[in-house]
Amino acid sequence: MQSLLALSRGIDAVTGFVGYHVRWLILAAVLVSAINAIIRKMFDVSSNAWLEMQTLLFGIAFMCAAAYVLQKNAHVRIDVVSSRLKKRTRDWVDLFGHLFMLAPLCVVMVWLSGPTFLEAFVGDEGSSNAGGLPVWPYKLFVLVGFLLLFAQMLSEVIKRIGVLGGHLHESDESDNSHAKAPVLEEAK
Amino acid sequence: MLELLAQNLAPIMFVSLVAFLLMGYPVAFSLASNGLAFFVLATFLSPYSDTITLDWPLLGTLPGRVLDVMRNDQLLAIPFFTFMGIILERSRMAEDLLETVGQLFGSVRGGLAYAVIFVGALLAATTGVVAASVMAMGLISLPIMLRYGYDRSLATGVITASGTLAQIIPPSLVLIVLADQLGTSVGDMYTAALLPGLMLVALYALYVFGVTIYRPAAAPALPPEARTLGKGGGQLLLLILAGVIVGVVSFYLLTGVVKRGEGVWAATIAATVVYLFTYLDQKLGYNNLKRLTQQVIFVLMPPLALIFLVLGTIFIGLATPTEGGAMGATGAMLLAWANRRMTWASLSDALDATTKLSCFVLFILVGSRVFSLTFYGVEGHKWVEHLFLNLPGGEWGFLIAVNVLVFVLGCFIDFFEIAFIVIPLLAPVAKALGIDLVWFGVIIAMNMQTSFLTPPFGFALFYMRSVAPVKEYIDKITGKTIAGVPTTQIYKGAVNFIILQVIMVAIVMAFPRLVIPEKAAEIDTKNIEIELPPLGAEGGDLVIPGAPDLSQPPKIE
Repeated sequence: MQSLLALSRGIDAVTGFVGYHVRWLILAAVLVSAINAIIRKMFDVSSNAWLEMQTLLFGIAFMCAAAYVLQKNAHVRIDVVSSRLKKRTRDWVDLFGHLFMLAPLCVVMVWLSGPTFLEAFVGDEGSSNAGGLPVWPYKLFVLVGFLLLFAQMLSEVIKRIGVLGGHLHESDESDNSHAKAPVLEEAK
Repeated sequence: MLELLAQNLAPIMFVSLVAFLLMGYPVAFSLASNGLAFFVLATFLSPYSDTITLDWPLLGTLPGRVLDVMRNDQLLAIPFFTFMGIILERSRMAEDLLETVGQLFGSVRGGLAYAVIFVGALLAATTGVVAASVMAMGLISLPIMLRYGYDRSLATGVITASGTLAQIIPPSLVLIVLADQLGTSVGDMYTAALLPGLMLVALYALYVFGVTIYRPAAAPALPPEARTLGKGGGQLLLLILAGVIVGVVSFYLLTGVVKRGEGVWAATIAATVVYLFTYLDQKLGYNNLKRLTQQVIFVLMPPLALIFLVLGTIFIGLATPTEGGAMGATGAMLLAWANRRMTWASLSDALDATTKLSCFVLFILVGSRVFSLTFYGVEGHKWVEHLFLNLPGGEWGFLIAVNVLVFVLGCFIDFFEIAFIVIPLLAPVAKALGIDLVWFGVIIAMNMQTSFLTPPFGFALFYMRSVAPVKEYIDKITGKTIAGVPTTQIYKGAVNFIILQVIMVAIVMAFPRLVIPEKAAEIDTKNIEIELPPLGAEGGDLVIPGAPDLSQPPKIE
């Protein structure tokens, strides 16, 4: 069990590192988009490559952050019923969900998006917009995003088993009904 | 047996989704894996039913569906507006606004309540962070209201309700999500929602006015000793009038000189002149203006400029919502930096919150695309359509049923979940009934705002509870003992505003013209070469222009 928990910590470190740093891509997307807009207004020119750059930057950011968001338990849940369940029951729900819902999803997505990426990369598939970016970076990060998510799923499964088996102790505070409020609060 | 299963796959799929969601597993993954599981099941069962149109090769389209979400330019507005809001929230704009505007309106009866509504609307158009708005107003305005004897339910109600205005007033995230789900443009949605949003603000104010007439004691004016910034309202009006004149004059001077957007330039010039005048007046020590006037100008101008930069350019068609969001986010950063309220740490924090929020939103979207692939494949949309088309009353029956459904769901779940799970099911039905989808979206958005206010799960009520005093306390200024605010008072306060909200939903339903002002107005807002558009040109109906921004000098397009 201890070696598994060590593996889980290793995965968390990797996804956490990626998730922590992709935030700067969002800042880059903001700046690229603002500059695009200003240049389009002032000089009436625009470049499809730069326009696609803003979606690519954000796309990479949210695909790669998914694992990190899972680690921080910030994916929205409906807690009307579950907030009344015991922490232990919720751990079982998560374990079941990770193994039977998230795992197949990640496997299917990786299995499908791998070949799609290779095809686009080898075939040098171009953008549907004139002068746009090649398509393979988008496809690459669909693959990378779901690989990271798969790894995080493994780590979460290990942690749930650890908690349920009494090998790992976790405070209950992050699980009250306000859990999603700090994240949702930023929503309009 | 298998036939029965195969032919009723859509309802079974829906029920199992609800079951998974209620278990509390993340929405994004529940949606996606449900879609996946039922894809497999349905493909195996397809020989038993002719309503199943799924086969294995279709599974290969899944990466493409994720790709579509990634490459969607409209959705970029989500991180941009979120980031802008968080930056502004952290730069304590709400606090500055409340303190000054409260003083400005303090001398009239119900003044603090008006100030809360006004500031709530301003925050809605800029930060749009419901939690922050409610908490800031609860921390700053509530103690003052309690001190001077406001009715407690009125005080808490007006704060929670005004804090949720961000849901309907652009640039609202809900409207972006709805636009995506309904297949309309974000810009159209924003333009359509503006007038109903402002009307709701007016309705709140009207309600407060009514209270001051019939129960003056419930909303007293502030006594003079509480108005530390002194007077200055008359001066302010003069200053605004001067600004308007500068704006109109520069508009006519600029017409024909610049290629497009004369209104934008005129408004910018007017605002700059007023701001510079106030700034120089203070800096050079003339102090012709009273302190209150100065404060109001200094505090109001930055958010108004930002609102204009973002929403103004979107409404007159100069910028797309995504571009507006990027400009707004950049502007907010510059503003925070200029006010020395931004550090690397706070920037990094804001980006982190933005990353988390936009990631989970986009992943729910990915999940709902995976779900819909299967749901449509088992003709689930026809099942939903069948359910709703059987209602009596046609279009109206449908709209009323949908509104009741959304309202009831809003008592238990959040707007995001409603928008992602329920709306995609309803959109095809609305389309089949010939309902204008922008109008439909605005009605839903207006209705979903109540999900923040309805006890016991309304988020705004939680936020209010977290800042309102629970126990009695001794007021520092008057030395009187003030009783705490029990949760029932917070709930009671919300009820009246929920009723106002429902009235507004009914108004939008009864008068679609408010939201979709005919084709004539559409041309007006896009064609900015025209000097003075013929108002109400077609059919003699009064056409309401798309974007009456009352907070700015006129920018006649």
